[in-house]
Amino acid sequence: MVIATIAICLLYATPNLYGEDPAVQVSAVRGAAIEAATLDKVKTKLDSQSISYKSVVLKNNQVLVRLNDTEQQLLASEQLKELLGQQFVVALNLAPATPAWLQSFGAEPLKLGLDLRGGVHFLLEVDMDEALTKAQAQMLQDFRTDLREEKLRYLSVRKDNNGVAVRFRDKETRDNAIKLLEKKYQGLLFSDSENNGQFSLAAKMSEAKLAEIKEYALQQNITIIRNRVNQLGVAEPLVQRQGEDRIVVELPGVQDTAGAKEILGATATLAFRLVDAKADPYSSRVPAGSQKYTTREGRPVVLKKQIILTGNHITGATSSLDEFSRPQVNIDLDSQGGNKMSRATKKAIGTSMATVFIEYKPTGEKNAEGKSKLKKIEEVINVATIQAQLGRSFRITGLDSASEAKNLALLLRAGALVAPVQIVEERTIGPSLGKQNIENGLSAMIYGMIAIVIFMGIYYRKFGLVANVALSANLIMIIGIMSMIPGATMTLPGIAGIVLTIGMAVDANVLVFERIREELKEGCSIQQAIHRGYDNALSTIADANITTLLTAIILFAVGTGAIKGFAITLAIGIGASMFTAIIGTRAIVNFLWGNKTIDKLSI
Amino acid sequence: MFEIIKTERTIRFMKMTNPAFFLSLALVILSFGSIAVNGINWGLDFTGGTVIEVGYDKPADLEAIRPLLEKEGFQGAVIQHFGSSRDVLIRIAPREGVDNQHLGSQVVTAMQTYDDSAEMRRIEFVGPNVGDELTEQGGLALLSALICILIYVGIRFEWRLASGAVLALAHDVIITLGIFSFLDVEFDLTILAALLTVIGYSLNDTIVVFDRIRENFRRMRVDDAVEIMDVSLTQTLSRTLITSGTTLMVLISLFLKGGALIHGFAFALLIGIIVGTYSSIYVASALALKLGVSRETMLPPVVEKEGADQDPMM
Repeated sequence: MVIATIAICLLYATPNLYGEDPAVQVSAVRGAAIEAATLDKVKTKLDSQSISYKSVVLKNNQVLVRLNDTEQQLLASEQLKELLGQQFVVALNLAPATPAWLQSFGAEPLKLGLDLRGGVHFLLEVDMDEALTKAQAQMLQDFRTDLREEKLRYLSVRKDNNGVAVRFRDKETRDNAIKLLEKKYQGLLFSDSENNGQFSLAAKMSEAKLAEIKEYALQQNITIIRNRVNQLGVAEPLVQRQGEDRIVVELPGVQDTAGAKEILGATATLAFRLVDAKADPYSSRVPAGSQKYTTREGRPVVLKKQIILTGNHITGATSSLDEFSRPQVNIDLDSQGGNKMSRATKKAIGTSMATVFIEYKPTGEKNAEGKSKLKKIEEVINVATIQAQLGRSFRITGLDSASEAKNLALLLRAGALVAPVQIVEERTIGPSLGKQNIENGLSAMIYGMIAIVIFMGIYYRKFGLVANVALSANLIMIIGIMSMIPGATMTLPGIAGIVLTIGMAVDANVLVFERIREELKEGCSIQQAIHRGYDNALSTIADANITTLLTAIILFAVGTGAIKGFAITLAIGIGASMFTAIIGTRAIVNFLWGNKTIDKLSI
Repeated sequence: MFEIIKTERTIRFMKMTNPAFFLSLALVILSFGSIAVNGINWGLDFTGGTVIEVGYDKPADLEAIRPLLEKEGFQGAVIQHFGSSRDVLIRIAPREGVDNQHLGSQVVTAMQTYDDSAEMRRIEFVGPNVGDELTEQGGLALLSALICILIYVGIRFEWRLASGAVLALAHDVIITLGIFSFLDVEFDLTILAALLTVIGYSLNDTIVVFDRIRENFRRMRVDDAVEIMDVSLTQTLSRTLITSGTTLMVLISLFLKGGALIHGFAFALLIGIIVGTYSSIYVASALALKLGVSRETMLPPVVEKEGADQDPMM
């Protein structure tokens, strides 16, 4: 059993010995399928550019091109980007060069953490206040539309803390309104009141509703950020929620943090709004229900406050050239967005529609909860004339240049966030530091191991050699198990954890050997001494290791990222050392000395 | 047989209890004093702010870099070498109203004006709120670790031994913190992890000793707790020293070879394990003795008597 366990661990640890191939990874935008034709296109292109490659395979909906060196990799990536265009994401990657027979067992090398391979780690925080404000604004607009459609006349509709208040002239209308709205909106708490002959209703969001809005805002942010990250062309990015309002983004291999941040941190939303044609943009008076803006070119424009549509209904946007080779952006909406758009543009043909780009930037001030306040910056990026009733897909023309069209498409495509996000933590590790970290970690491990092997050999002689064998088995087990666990990543503290366990792993053996020596001194026979040594040391070993395991678990629970890596290796190391010391060395010792009459024990 | 110490004669550890207590107490008071006066050099993880590490291909002159950064508006930035004279570390405290997002790349650009070979090695930015949370979580982690251990040792052994063990652990953590404060070494998240590991490790030592104490209380027909403590400590001494020795070996290798990033981590473990080894011999057992460990308390009660709510040992 001991041999089988170690053999399995060895099998899973071996992929770490093979290096990695520089590779280029091609995937389709938004998870569309890649066909065999794409594979052929890639091959033909590479051949025509005389770029030599190791292999080109289509797997998991991705084309993976393995190349001989990083120079060829960059060249191939450029050529493929040019060939495949906007519909595909071309990313640089390092593909493990694990032989096929090992892969068939599912054996893969350790995943390296960002501190070892280089890359960026972001922690983003979603501004929930803004999400709630938006939900409230939506509620206000919905109430108005509903009451108007049902011909229930109201005096005013205004925002109230966490909800909306509506005033009516008479009680009956108010009660009808409550009936109507209660039926239509779940998760709202309605209350009525009477004041100075005015009847009003107040709708508040329930706790469940508030939680739902926050959850939705977080989920939507994650989805959109994932899309944006895919646009960046990063191999194996990670986008994950952390807690109630945070998102972790890890981009291995990315060095250009400014570029990444611009796309991620473009905490932007979009809104389509009608231009108020009746208002004079150059007069200082702005009609009620409208608002004055300035376009990017600095022209004033008056827009109606009502929002036709926000960017979260956009499902696709591409830039192209129309029949007169003028740049244009084609936009696709989801069905709800299509309905809204067609309703709003039905009566507005011939008037103009503006695309408003809303960006949030931190002001540096703090709110009551200690979170940074954000400033809302609104900008009209485009004003276009509505040519016909618009539906689920339409296009914006009249753009100045192809690059403007491309930019607009990217912004539209990257989607609009319900609530803005801001970066609250960032860690970037350069590739040279990552490499150096691996080297440092490995050399520390090797020197530490050599020192212990020599010491144990001198101090316990043959038994020391047995302990050294166990120590090597221990190392193989840690690496093997780490490689087996999906999602476990090796970090610099993780390596430190392994180094530390090497020092501590001999402890179990030391306990046993010291015990055997004692038993010998007390005059036990050799066989008896070995037997009692192992038995008596057992409970001590278990006790001592369980407490270290406890701390490892606590570290895992409260730690983040790199610390978690340390906790994992520590825990696995403890488990492995207990296994090798209690079962492993005992088997070897029994095999070497068991059932034999010996005069002197080499301990 | 090759032995570090001859264990034929029992070493009278417990005779040294009072000087040891005095030493520990003095160290703890000094540590508190240093923490109160010097404070702890909290790292980026806890204070928030930005750290930028830039590597040049030749030794860099910090005095020449400082005005370059000041010109770009980074007054009050801490500039120091990191690991080698070719690596420069810049630390910028969190400031209100500063666009943290682009700070890192701005600094790297400014550093390139000194020498073109400047290469970004690391940028870390931690928002002040995240820092506060990490501090809170870290303290919580230490506390919960101590409580879990108190409970575990309390169940497995006896409350006097458990309190001795936990007090010894607190002693280790306080002294390690004190040394960090005294030497003004930066305290970051990895060092917190190191402290927790020290707790686990030092306890490991203590438990091996306690295990032997318990065994000897049952086995030896002596009623003298001091005698039993001495015998047990002597018996486990070579194991304690060997294990600490091998652990110190790998830690020294980690400290020397592991690179600047885990220097602090290895250093904390080195101190912690030296202090921990001492405390498992003197502090834990001696405290348990002062708390009144005796033959009766160590043996399972025969009939229900006072203190039966205390878990008997197994």
